[in-house]
Amino acid sequence: MTEIFWLIPFIPLLSSFILAIFGRTLPKKYISIQACLAVFASFIISVISFFGLLKISQESYPLIKSLFTWIASGSFTINFSLQFDSLSAVMAMVVSGVGFIIHVYSVGYMDKDKGYSRYFTYLNLFTFAMLLLVMSSNIVLMFVGWEGVGLCSYLLIGFWFEKESAANAGKKAFIVTRIGDLGFLLGIFFIIVHIGSAEFTAINQAISGGAVTQGLATLIALLLFMGAVGKSAQIPLYVWLPDAMEGPTPVSALIHAATMVTAGVYMVCRMNLLYTLSGTAALVVGIIGAVTAVYAATMALTQNDIKRVLAYSTISQIGYMFIGCGVGAYSAGMFHLYTHAFFKSLLFLSAGSVMHALSGELDMRKMGGLKKYLPFTYPAFLIGAIAIAGVPFLSGFFSKDAILTQAFAHKQYFIWILGVLGAILTAFYMFRLIFLTFHGKERLEPEAKEHLHESPPVMTIPLGVLAFFSTIAGFIGVPVVFGKKLNWFNQFLEPVMKPGHEPHLSIQTEWLLILISVAVALLGIYIAYIFYIKKPQTPHQLNAKFPYIYKLLYNKYYVDEIYNAVFVKPTVRGSEIIYDNFDLKVIDGAVNGSASVTGLSGKILSYLQTGLIKDYALVFLFGVILFLGYLLF
Amino acid sequence: MIPGSYFFILSVILFILGVIAFFVKRDLITQFLSIEVMLNAGNLAFIAFARALNSLHGQVIVFFIITVAAAEAAVGLAIILLIFRQKKTIKSEDMNLMKG
Repeated sequence: MTEIFWLIPFIPLLSSFILAIFGRTLPKKYISIQACLAVFASFIISVISFFGLLKISQESYPLIKSLFTWIASGSFTINFSLQFDSLSAVMAMVVSGVGFIIHVYSVGYMDKDKGYSRYFTYLNLFTFAMLLLVMSSNIVLMFVGWEGVGLCSYLLIGFWFEKESAANAGKKAFIVTRIGDLGFLLGIFFIIVHIGSAEFTAINQAISGGAVTQGLATLIALLLFMGAVGKSAQIPLYVWLPDAMEGPTPVSALIHAATMVTAGVYMVCRMNLLYTLSGTAALVVGIIGAVTAVYAATMALTQNDIKRVLAYSTISQIGYMFIGCGVGAYSAGMFHLYTHAFFKSLLFLSAGSVMHALSGELDMRKMGGLKKYLPFTYPAFLIGAIAIAGVPFLSGFFSKDAILTQAFAHKQYFIWILGVLGAILTAFYMFRLIFLTFHGKERLEPEAKEHLHESPPVMTIPLGVLAFFSTIAGFIGVPVVFGKKLNWFNQFLEPVMKPGHEPHLSIQTEWLLILISVAVALLGIYIAYIFYIKKPQTPHQLNAKFPYIYKLLYNKYYVDEIYNAVFVKPTVRGSEIIYDNFDLKVIDGAVNGSASVTGLSGKILSYLQTGLIKDYALVFLFGVILFLGYLLF
Repeated sequence: MIPGSYFFILSVILFILGVIAFFVKRDLITQFLSIEVMLNAGNLAFIAFARALNSLHGQVIVFFIITVAAAEAAVGLAIILLIFRQKKTIKSEDMNLMKG
């Protein structure tokens, strides 16, 4: 059954086509069933293929299905071919599994929207592009998926395009990621020129065969990482992700938390031999990841918009994944990607449920005390928050601990310290969110309170499923200290990520590190408890004491303003100057000039046309006389 | 026996009279008439050549010209009639719709 794995991406594509063409006329119920079933079918095939993958020997790795020759230029060809190995399997299952749950949730969330069929068309198309991205067997086809998800992201951020802010956010996301894609594309060109093939297997062979020098590897790896920085919203290209929250909340959960933004991590893991060979590039990845993890977390501290806090949290968590990749623990990075997909989409969907209950309210200052009104959403949100904070035995604990332990083991102490700092902040801002939203005094608007209601089952059941997975998903990657052979996840990914030298820590050190992780998580939660439950005046006192720090954080380090002043304004101003001087004067001048020359000559010549028959006859007569004269003489 | 050159001279005189009349006169009917005169000057020349060259070709062509001229006269008069109905005038100076 494994050989049908190539069908996985195409079922959502087919569904998307049908919805795009007939969506307007189909009944709502049919649309939701078809869209959800298409993704569910992909999920089932992924799982079947995954179990098939477990059975086959490593020699036949990876499974490749070439559908047709896509580009042929001389001896160089690129096939439209899909591959299925352990890395693709993990990604395909996460994308289609979480995607399915979010599709179901969307049925409830988008119920009253007039763009219902358009929404599911985009969402299915996104699922196709993302599955193509993670299952392509060459980097060019991967780029197609990469751009496809970017397109769907643009369409879905700007889904409510009547709102100007949403349309602008879509454009911003598209343009900012495009800057990174430039590097990605250059990286692909370097690979094709120097290695001569775009297939991952050929690239890996060339790297392990020594055909790639370290300098070239660094160049390619950094260029590719530029694409990852854009797509995965790392410093300095993270600015689009907070604005992307203008889209519908399930979209934020699927695209901007669970799947698309982690594509950069997937890409780095896919090219892990390249990063390991380069060394420098891996260090850059690790440092950018670590700095982003802390930097984004500090910005999450002061935001009042519930979705923006989660957006900065996503940026920060992706930073952790890059820490894992940067220190050479690729499977730890993937592990965090996998657990993050569950708990972050859980958090987003719960936030969506809160919004739904409060008729679209996003501002935490107008919430509070919602615990008793939302008996399903509250525990779901709480589980997500505990998981992301890194409290033991939930999924986030295992994956974050794996990353930090690996960072420590690879002697990247600077990165490790940043990681621990980020973990405190994470626990703090998540519980700040919980306390402000669900505990304390009610600060609701009167009319919002009137309509206050728990979401329908079609929304709460997906929350339950995600909460369940957020709780247990970590147990497939239990740290080695709890018992050997328990870290099944690493073993499964081994064929793709051949580990280099594994530095070993003593058992005491590992326990100590785990203890530190737990301690920082609890510390962060405790601080939040003091700040927002026990002594709610503390934040105000702090603001009064350090107004500049608060303002700096609240305004997100003024980065948007700086980018605006340094990049956007000069570009716009320069375009205007060119428009005024070149477009208006030179180009329009030439076009208008040729038009007026034609018009003027026409006007002059038209005086010959008197409209009087005698004049014409006279000209005719002279013509004949001249002609005869010419003939005769 | 009349010399052949007389016919040609008559033909040229008729043609020139037609041209002059066309430019001098102002109403469409007279102008139309002068065109007919020019046409028949041509016919006369054809016949004169047929006689001078002892060939029937010229005469045959004249038959064709007369046929075509009859049709042309019918169409031309109809046009003039319609113009008169529209504009209540048949002065050719008043017809300058095509002025540029």
